[in-house]
Amino acid sequence: MDHHHTHGTNSRELQMARSMCWHCQSEVSGEYFCERCVKVQPVSKDLDYFTCMGFPRRLTIDLRQLETKFYELSRAFHPDFFQNKSEEEQTISLGNSAMLNTAYRMLRDPIQRAEYLLDLEAGAVKEIRTSPPADLFEEILELQDTLDEYRATDRTSETGRQLRTKLLAEQHTLEQRKRSMETQLQQLFTDWDALQDRGEANSQTRVERDRLLKQMREILSNRAYVKNIVNDLVATIA
Amino acid sequence: MARIVGIDLGTTNSLVAYMDKGTPRVIAGRNERNIVPSVVAITDNGLIVGDPAKEHLTRNPERTVYSVKRFMGKGLADVQGELAYFPYSLTEQGGVIRIKLGEKTYSPPQISAMILRELKQRAEAHLGESITKAVITVPAYFNDSQRQATKDAGMIAGLEVLRIINEPTAASLAYGLQEKTQGTIAVYDFGGGTFDISILKLKNGIFEVLATNGDTHLGGDDLDRQVGDLFLAEIRTRHGIDLSAHPDHMQAIRLESERAKIRLSDELKIQVSVELPDNKGRFTRELTRDQLESLIMDIIDRTLGPCRMALKDAGLTPIEIDEVLLVGGSTRMPLVRQRVQELFGKTPHCELNPDEVVALGAAVQADILSGGTTDMLLLDVTPLSLGIETMGGVMSSLIRRNTTIPASAKEMFTTYVDGQTGVDIHILQGERELAKDNRSLGRFRLKVPPLPAGVPRIEVTFLIDANGILNVKASDMRTGQSQSIEVRPSYGLSGNEVERMIEDSFKFAAKDVNARKLIEARLDAAALITTTEKFLGEGSHLIPQEEVAAVRAALSALATAKDGNDPRAIRASMADLEQAAKSLTVAMLDDSLKRGLQGKKLSEIT
Repeated sequence: MDHHHTHGTNSRELQMARSMCWHCQSEVSGEYFCERCVKVQPVSKDLDYFTCMGFPRRLTIDLRQLETKFYELSRAFHPDFFQNKSEEEQTISLGNSAMLNTAYRMLRDPIQRAEYLLDLEAGAVKEIRTSPPADLFEEILELQDTLDEYRATDRTSETGRQLRTKLLAEQHTLEQRKRSMETQLQQLFTDWDALQDRGEANSQTRVERDRLLKQMREILSNRAYVKNIVNDLVATIA
Repeated sequence: MARIVGIDLGTTNSLVAYMDKGTPRVIAGRNERNIVPSVVAITDNGLIVGDPAKEHLTRNPERTVYSVKRFMGKGLADVQGELAYFPYSLTEQGGVIRIKLGEKTYSPPQISAMILRELKQRAEAHLGESITKAVITVPAYFNDSQRQATKDAGMIAGLEVLRIINEPTAASLAYGLQEKTQGTIAVYDFGGGTFDISILKLKNGIFEVLATNGDTHLGGDDLDRQVGDLFLAEIRTRHGIDLSAHPDHMQAIRLESERAKIRLSDELKIQVSVELPDNKGRFTRELTRDQLESLIMDIIDRTLGPCRMALKDAGLTPIEIDEVLLVGGSTRMPLVRQRVQELFGKTPHCELNPDEVVALGAAVQADILSGGTTDMLLLDVTPLSLGIETMGGVMSSLIRRNTTIPASAKEMFTTYVDGQTGVDIHILQGERELAKDNRSLGRFRLKVPPLPAGVPRIEVTFLIDANGILNVKASDMRTGQSQSIEVRPSYGLSGNEVERMIEDSFKFAAKDVNARKLIEARLDAAALITTTEKFLGEGSHLIPQEEVAAVRAALSALATAKDGNDPRAIRASMADLEQAAKSLTVAMLDDSLKRGLQGKKLSEIT
């Protein structure tokens, strides 16, 4: 723990930073460095991760390009390169680096990327509970029973071995299901990107947009549920 | 900008390095050795650090501290299992281990500061300038308290610690500088007290750590103990002696075990020999490499679990690792190399000296910070998940392990009772579900304006900086007011305590200078005595009898002074002897040499 905690950056300053350089007060329009005094500018809290990394809000991202951008911005923001600068610049560098790292982590993984986009487009994705796929409901209840039974059984016994075989088969089925959901998601991602690329804003595209978001949300929530079950299963039979 | 040095503050050995025109170099001491053993002896004449202190391990075991790194950022309960192995006595105060030496107690950062000060002086002597800034390395798997303790040690030693950098990543910087490597590498760092594994991706000068894992309580020390325990058991059965009552002999066993282990990296069979107490003779035995390996196999295999975890977290299989680097003295052992080779399926690299590569990397990082090297950038990760305790004693994770640092997370807090004026927050680090199974980092109380329950909205930002150290700040979302937060560390020194230790260290410094001067004066006196006695033996017939007597008198006066504790008295007696032996010296030297040496003192030509 650091003994000397810094005070929070004044929030008024952050808001101003969107339009004005915190140092020389000249106009800044979204650049990370002021054109006049070359001081680093704080990345606005309101900026989404796609924009921050210079990518459009699409669900298919070229990972190599993303990495290149991440490295480029890391070279621009990392505290290592601000050691000789003023305290203000060091604070901004630290904040920007932390935000950049979060942005890269969110966008790098397709699932997290989609969850983040859902959050941006429809809001509050964190509030969504993971839910079992409707058609697997019965199967999952049964699996829970088998897991409980296995936990209470001597693993080296004949019953134990039989239960284990059954669980391994279940694991296989669920993992296959998880993969098929990921394929479905991939299709939805492609559809979403195509819809965005068309850029039309009529009632038909709005309906299509809402349908895609709803489906993505449902599959993401089902997939998270299945993933948790598989993790639990793997941990139990390990 | 003032020069920044790189320091490897190791469990067994420490080093200091600097960047010399684009090449990192380790700075050697007066004795021309690059390493400073991490040993500190508090003698009646003051403080001794490094090689001379190592001699006190067997002479003065209760007042000679080694492996202090194992205690950094820890409480007494953390090291309960190994107390029996240490000859000095440990207590605890304010959640921090204290080491009792004579009448005084010292915290681990204070002892580490003594080693750091030795390295600082070494660098100052070599570079001819004052050194106040440093990069210090720590095991990658060190938690927040251990990192903070290291930073405190730097402050106590009068060093501004500009960066705490992980040892395996430091090593990768040193290798990267040399090889301009690209690809995915694994750094296997097995040192004196700690084990780390880091998986990195190297691309166009960016060193991106993908995952790290390790054990901060697994190292060469543990291997030595296995060997030592075998010797102790055999001494008990063969000679009927329980050495645990003899701390000096226990240290001799420890050192002999270490020596045996080291020699068996090159030889297949060696002879072990240790003196027994009370004139009971010597314990001797043959030890083969096979025997050693069967003793330590289990400990070495304990390094493989963390390797697999790191690979899993990086989303890689062993085949996808392009290069494996070996760091730390323990990787010299053939069995370690064999295990690493088996796991990764390729021959590991060890071109750079495994004892020095971390210090060299620290010097590279120091150069990056001072703006010298601009093409390299290290993106490291936090080794452990950070979270807070929530209802029911469960840990709620805020920043997951292996997240690239700097990393931040925000959490909103409110109240449950009308008029509540504070919220207590308990910060944790670790991977377990329950708060009690994780490491407690510290606690703080969030100040809340008295309002109806649920109305206050305080946003707390947890930020792990590039050193892997946590900073906390909070702001009231309703008013936009920020509040400063004072975290009470669970296993760390308070700010005030560190301040006091810095003051203490200045007071000590005068005493330490005296101890150093005494050691140097004694060494110089011994050399002068030897030479003068040699001259007397060979040339006393060349000078009058009265002068011979005067030289003998001055000799014995110097011998007496040398046994005393006053370096100035020793220097004065040396001058007297040189004066008394002047004509003897002159007579001893041949004419041609004499001309060149006229007006010089004897000590300058011997």
